[in-house]
Amino acid sequence: MSKLRKIFGWGRYPKQEGIELSYRNEQELKALLEKHPQCIARGGGRAYGDSALAPVMLNSKRFNHVRAFNADTGIIKVEAGLILADLLKAFVPQGWFAPVTPGTQFVSIGGMVASDVHGKNHHVDGSFGQHITELSLMLANGEIETCSPTNNSDLFHATIGGMGLTGIILTVSFRMTAVQSAWVRQETIRCDSLDAVMDEFEQSKHWKYTVAWIDCLSTDEEAGRSVLFRGEHATRAELPMDKSNAPLTLKPKRKLNVPFSFPPGVLNRWSVKAFNELYFRRAPEERTDFVDYQTFFYPLDSIHNWNRIYGPKGFVQYQCVIPKARSREALQKLLGMIASAGEGSFLAVLKLFGPQDGMLSFPSEGYTLALDFPAKQSVFALLDRLDQVVLEHGGRIYLTKDARMSAHTFRSGYPALKQWQQIAAEHDPEGRWQSTQSQRLSIHPAARTLAREEHTQHDSE
Amino acid sequence: MTQNKTALIIGANSDMGRAIASQLAEEGYDLQLAARQAEERLDRAATDLNLRFQRSVSKLELDVCATDSHAGFVESLSPQPDLVVSVAGLMTEQTDAQTDYSQAKAMIDANFSGLVSLFEKLAAQMENRGSGCLVGVSSVAGDRGRQKNYIYGAAKAGFSTYLSGLRNRLASKGVHVITVKPGFVNTAMTEGMDLPEKLTAEPEEVALHISKAIEKQRNVIYSKPIWLLVMLIIKHIPEFIFKKLDL
Repeated sequence: MSKLRKIFGWGRYPKQEGIELSYRNEQELKALLEKHPQCIARGGGRAYGDSALAPVMLNSKRFNHVRAFNADTGIIKVEAGLILADLLKAFVPQGWFAPVTPGTQFVSIGGMVASDVHGKNHHVDGSFGQHITELSLMLANGEIETCSPTNNSDLFHATIGGMGLTGIILTVSFRMTAVQSAWVRQETIRCDSLDAVMDEFEQSKHWKYTVAWIDCLSTDEEAGRSVLFRGEHATRAELPMDKSNAPLTLKPKRKLNVPFSFPPGVLNRWSVKAFNELYFRRAPEERTDFVDYQTFFYPLDSIHNWNRIYGPKGFVQYQCVIPKARSREALQKLLGMIASAGEGSFLAVLKLFGPQDGMLSFPSEGYTLALDFPAKQSVFALLDRLDQVVLEHGGRIYLTKDARMSAHTFRSGYPALKQWQQIAAEHDPEGRWQSTQSQRLSIHPAARTLAREEHTQHDSE
Repeated sequence: MTQNKTALIIGANSDMGRAIASQLAEEGYDLQLAARQAEERLDRAATDLNLRFQRSVSKLELDVCATDSHAGFVESLSPQPDLVVSVAGLMTEQTDAQTDYSQAKAMIDANFSGLVSLFEKLAAQMENRGSGCLVGVSSVAGDRGRQKNYIYGAAKAGFSTYLSGLRNRLASKGVHVITVKPGFVNTAMTEGMDLPEKLTAEPEEVALHISKAIEKQRNVIYSKPIWLLVMLIIKHIPEFIFKKLDL
């Protein structure tokens, strides 16, 4: 009865034929697992590439209840399908914020675990995984297992950043952050060069949130010019009168929409260059203001379907991290290559990560650069060359953004892969959790043949 | 301090029921969630709504088809709800219902006759009080009978007609009645069906649409609104052509 459909991630590239099934409780999930020997969990659909694509996808969107909340400790227990936006909408007015948030609030909490997402506060608070107190999963054998930093800790650590390849994440318990307001006190600083912005990051390391927009098309003396934003949750006392009366509530905002895919070519070297010039010039040399949390953390969420601006062929997001000692030379090279290829994008982001030690988690101490490109052959060739530079400087690529790196690039960037594979194989000896990405990169040690069986089975239905 | 408004959701265990409950809780309503096996099946939803929106949420046992229980059910409501939204419904395979009358009857009871029994009792309470709002979620399937689902459609047609009459009766009594006709909605009922994306709504979209209809005292809404146009066309196809179509 179920129909094959073309499904894709946020980048709209690649597109995958598959079926998407949802479940409402553990019993429904178990029944689906009995029918489908191989599958991957899917949440908000905000992974850019093929991390949450497979011939069979199990969508958690109806498994999204808040199960428990302790206002004394701030620990909340939620079902993995809960979308971050729904959590914030309910809990910011109660004075609580997520301990770590990615650049969109339309991710599921399960996806935040599987990607071990980082935010603008990584240098202070680490990644999302570091705030989790307990997880429960449905394992390959259909059994439910609970794990935490002290109990079943191997499974716990392999699941954080594990791309959904250790089991279906059922519930997540984590510590929320108490806030006095829904506002962020933001400082904006214009930096004329890469050196200037890197110095500014160092000087801003005591700020809770830091991030910079970087112009990837500028060259020569202007290369790496940036606008750095740093912020702190505003206290009630420091808010101006008009905001401090009801500091935790925001007025609903109007949303823009991109109703259809832009024709190819609207975003080109010249239009992006013009945008970047304007964006940079518009930024003040230094300014303080109060912005609501949605504007500060999720500027692009206010434009629905912004991913359509790259046209029907979609785009790829490229995010790498380079160890701190070698960040400067690597970034200079990368930015030079990107600028001369003329393929840069509006949304290029630079950020300094703090130390972290995970298995498949992306963050590690150093600078991370993220930007998007239209999905096309010349771009893929450029990205392969960028991979080379990243590897030469001991860096790695973020799986959740990736749609195209090679298995070699992946293995070189994640030296703890073997250790992860041992744990994954223990809990999933037959490799039932497989995404298009996990197969492309041979993340999972187990056989790939099952996928083909599954596929033919559906073809004949 | 003014008393919170209370909404009763009939069929609260469905995807649509959950979406509406969540929307109304966010707007500040206290909730009475009613379904079969309420204690067990509504437990997570009640906890979730209470934690997210800090409203009072109760779980009530109710079988729309058990008409004998309806008088007692309505009397026991405390407080009497200001707003009632019914999303109760049942769709089984049309071909099964053709050969097995018990299946046809189950659909007629769940989508129509059971709701008549229940709504009359709720309407009487509101009429006495001189205020309230009743929302019945019917379906575009009731607008014209098609071979693919005409037994389900006939029950929904009955419900739509019933709501229309009830609205007429209560209009002068301070009680408002809203008919909601969703088209395709992504729910457990339609899971696995190949639905056209542009015509298919998420339950949360329908919930928001219903909440606006309550605020604006609308009478009949189609959700998504495009279905008004689709059904206008479908209703006007001459019968001699319509009967030959594979719909």
